[in-house]
Amino acid sequence: MTSLYNEVAADPGADVPTRRITITVNGDPRTVDVEPRLLLAHLLRQGLQLTGTHTGCDTTSCGACTVLFDGRPVKSCTMLAVQADGHEVETVEGMATASELHPVQEGFKECHGLQCGFCTPGMMLASKALLERNPNPTEDDVRWALSGNLCRCTGYQNIVKSVLWAADKMRAQNGEEA
Amino acid sequence: MSVDELKIGGMGASRRRVEDNRFIRGKGRYVDDIVLPGMLHMEILRADVAHARIKSIDTSAAWEVPGVRLVLTGEMMAARNLAWMPTLSYDTQAVMATDKIRFQGQEIAAVIADDPYIAKDACSRIVVEYEQLPVIVNPIQAQDPAMPLIRDDKENQPTNKIFDWEIGDKARTDKAFEEADVVSTLELHYPRSHPSPLEPCGSIADYDRSTGKLTVYMTTQAPHIIRAAVAMVAELPEHMIRIVSPDLGGGFGNKVPVYPGYVISILASILTERPVKWIEDKTGNLISTGFGRDVYLKGEMALRKDGKILGMRMHTTSDHGAFFADAQPTKFKIGLMHSTFACYDVPAAHLTSVGYYTNKAPGGVAYRCSFRVTEAMFFQERMIHAAANDLGMDQAEFRRVNLVKDDMFPYRTAFGFLTDSGQYEKCLEVGMEAIGYRNFKQEQEEARKRGRLLGIGISTMTEPLGAGNSREYDILGIKMFDSAELRIHMTGKGILRTGAKTQGQGHETTWAQIVAHELGIPADDIVVEEGDTDTAPFGMGTYASRSTPVAGAAVAMAARKIRAKARKIAAHLLEVSEEDIEWELGRFYVRGNHDRGVTIQDCALAAYSNMPDGMEPGMESTAYYDPPNLTWPFAAYFCKVEVDPQTGVWDVLNFVAVDDCGVRINPMVVEGQVMGGLTEAYAMANMQYITFDESGNCIGSNYMDYLLPTAWETPGFELHEVVTPCPHHPIGAKGVGECATVAGPAAFVNAVMNAIEHAGARNVDMPLMPNRVFEALHTGNDISGMPPVKVD
Repeated sequence: MTSLYNEVAADPGADVPTRRITITVNGDPRTVDVEPRLLLAHLLRQGLQLTGTHTGCDTTSCGACTVLFDGRPVKSCTMLAVQADGHEVETVEGMATASELHPVQEGFKECHGLQCGFCTPGMMLASKALLERNPNPTEDDVRWALSGNLCRCTGYQNIVKSVLWAADKMRAQNGEEA
Repeated sequence: MSVDELKIGGMGASRRRVEDNRFIRGKGRYVDDIVLPGMLHMEILRADVAHARIKSIDTSAAWEVPGVRLVLTGEMMAARNLAWMPTLSYDTQAVMATDKIRFQGQEIAAVIADDPYIAKDACSRIVVEYEQLPVIVNPIQAQDPAMPLIRDDKENQPTNKIFDWEIGDKARTDKAFEEADVVSTLELHYPRSHPSPLEPCGSIADYDRSTGKLTVYMTTQAPHIIRAAVAMVAELPEHMIRIVSPDLGGGFGNKVPVYPGYVISILASILTERPVKWIEDKTGNLISTGFGRDVYLKGEMALRKDGKILGMRMHTTSDHGAFFADAQPTKFKIGLMHSTFACYDVPAAHLTSVGYYTNKAPGGVAYRCSFRVTEAMFFQERMIHAAANDLGMDQAEFRRVNLVKDDMFPYRTAFGFLTDSGQYEKCLEVGMEAIGYRNFKQEQEEARKRGRLLGIGISTMTEPLGAGNSREYDILGIKMFDSAELRIHMTGKGILRTGAKTQGQGHETTWAQIVAHELGIPADDIVVEEGDTDTAPFGMGTYASRSTPVAGAAVAMAARKIRAKARKIAAHLLEVSEEDIEWELGRFYVRGNHDRGVTIQDCALAAYSNMPDGMEPGMESTAYYDPPNLTWPFAAYFCKVEVDPQTGVWDVLNFVAVDDCGVRINPMVVEGQVMGGLTEAYAMANMQYITFDESGNCIGSNYMDYLLPTAWETPGFELHEVVTPCPHHPIGAKGVGECATVAGPAAFVNAVMNAIEHAGARNVDMPLMPNRVFEALHTGNDISGMPPVKVD
């Protein structure tokens, strides 16, 4: 079990309520005592040290904090950690296996789909969710699926290319397996 | 037997980026990702009013919150002589308000606590009593003698005016106007905008009393300037200050200035003797940190009937907010505004500029531009558009007549810049061809017959990128050179450090390509490190597209020093005199005997194991580079739009961008920067601006009110290139990162105006929101973003 802000030395005061929750993060069940007001993004970043989930805007607008919640993209900066109790969360750290990148990750590198990298984890997770429900998206499908994620560097054109590159690769892989 | 440059990731290779390996795995290391043992968290209380005298600040309830370690107010800062700090423009700026609030969002107090939630809780318990004052939100109000003096803290500041500045030849310009057949005029407002990188600003200050060393992890584009500033402001010895700028989540000029939060976190760490982390929220970032633009521009152009420009008069009135904190070369009060019209042969020009304080956050950062160049070039291209219309000339033809011709370089502009290279007409031609310019008029007429409104807009410009040279460009006296330090290890691998600081530009990838080009060492064998002032050589940082023009040049020069030493070693190894040694990429050989040679890697090993007698061992070099001139890239952008007459909504049908940024180190990276810049240009033209109500409330303090384009709205871009090498840069490169943001907006606006100006409107101020376009189309009136002039 891990507790958040475990560096705290002072008595936090007896009146701070906590709740014990269990969340499966990138396949591992994690149990943690949290204040009910703690945001999911902060639990992931501070409590679980998964700093690939970024917080950009605090208002559900920029999508840098996007994670997959039971497979669906959600913005973890406006979701409470306690709401995730009993659910599965996937972060960017869960995308690659030890030996292999996810095709979306490969696509972003191959097509120069990132510059500063801050929006990238959220963009890639939103893209992964898209490709799982629509393996053969059009450019418009990609643009619409990513319209909840802001990028200030790339102008999106290469992000769209990256996702279409990944779609091609995933379809080819699935074709081989079938 | 020389190595294949493209295979080793040298110049011209679209090498995939090295930094991506960590970013795509979520392993970037941004300031907020860093956790130090015993770290405390700081939250800043910001003013919710724009202009008020502070009557009292009661922090007692904040101190009582369990977990609170320190509450800082302006009074406590003042006791340590830290309530005010110098700005980058020789003004002063409040670190924390002591007497007065001068803009909404100004820092009033700070709470340092065990966790950020506690710090936020405690901040909300601080009680501030204000006595509100009349608020000034634009330069017109600032000139009203009935309005209060914003900077009553300063001596010799009787009004709200900051500066009066002029450049050019007034007498000659007046004469040009006397000789003119036609005089064309234009007046517009370039609205206030915020660079808004996704990552807000923040710092972790870590003061170690036992060693006296202060380490600050900080979101800064210019770590060495910050080190100097901290040394001055906090009166700490410079060698005891280490600034580390880790991965940055974008900068765009927003992360150049010194912000109060950095200074407060430093004092908090000194007082608590613990590391103190401050991470701004988005609202804090949007309402208090470096804005861009907010300039009112007007001008008139003297023209001959045949289309020749004879002269140009311009006047700018700029709104700098409560403190003059522009980040720009010190000599110039309104940045490089006078680079306007640099691509045109304008024989006489005169510019006057006046700047005012207002009750807004300090503005004037170079938001993805080379110091006010964005406003300069936008006005230029809107003026050109208006002048061509006034003459009844075709837009492309009018430009062709007036563009500086290839054989006129080096060309001295009327304002004194020296442009040195370009193929302007060729770029224009490439763009016209790609967009189908010559068929457009017919297309437009046919569409109009069917009730559809099409428009085409052109924007052509050259801009000064890569300050300095040090004769003319300095910030607070520090000359604008840059640096690189290259160490080649004995196995022929190496590490390169520069005084620049990447924020997404990809230096870790492209700098190694320059080394590969100069030495033939594979780019993969060079690791690039930036941003740590304890290890990086002194440099002025990354902004104003100066990395490649200045630090990139230093990289080439450092590599050439290595090659010069390696040549001596090669002569020793090959047992011939140095004069008999020839170089090909990656290898020295004996003249006349190509097979007899040694590789650069052989030389590296010998530098540590078998150097000639008397030679200093090792293979390291440092180069400080002071460029002889700015670099002058050229852009020719063409935009085709359709305006919906029912709604005023406009769509981009096609956008063609022709960029000549000289030799391209990594074409993939260049194109990425152009597309990113075009998107910011589209944003400015279409939706992205921040305004203030009459009480000084910032309308645009979050991403629900401050609209940034998403993948859905953003159009696609078609890119073309022309290459005119920079004559003075060691590898012929020019800056490029900002060309698209600078030249882009006018292409969109000119296109929309071209679609609707038959109705009578001459100008619609940005952003071209549907309601503005609709009104201009249906009334034929200009739509101004300027505040109404008060009539009493």
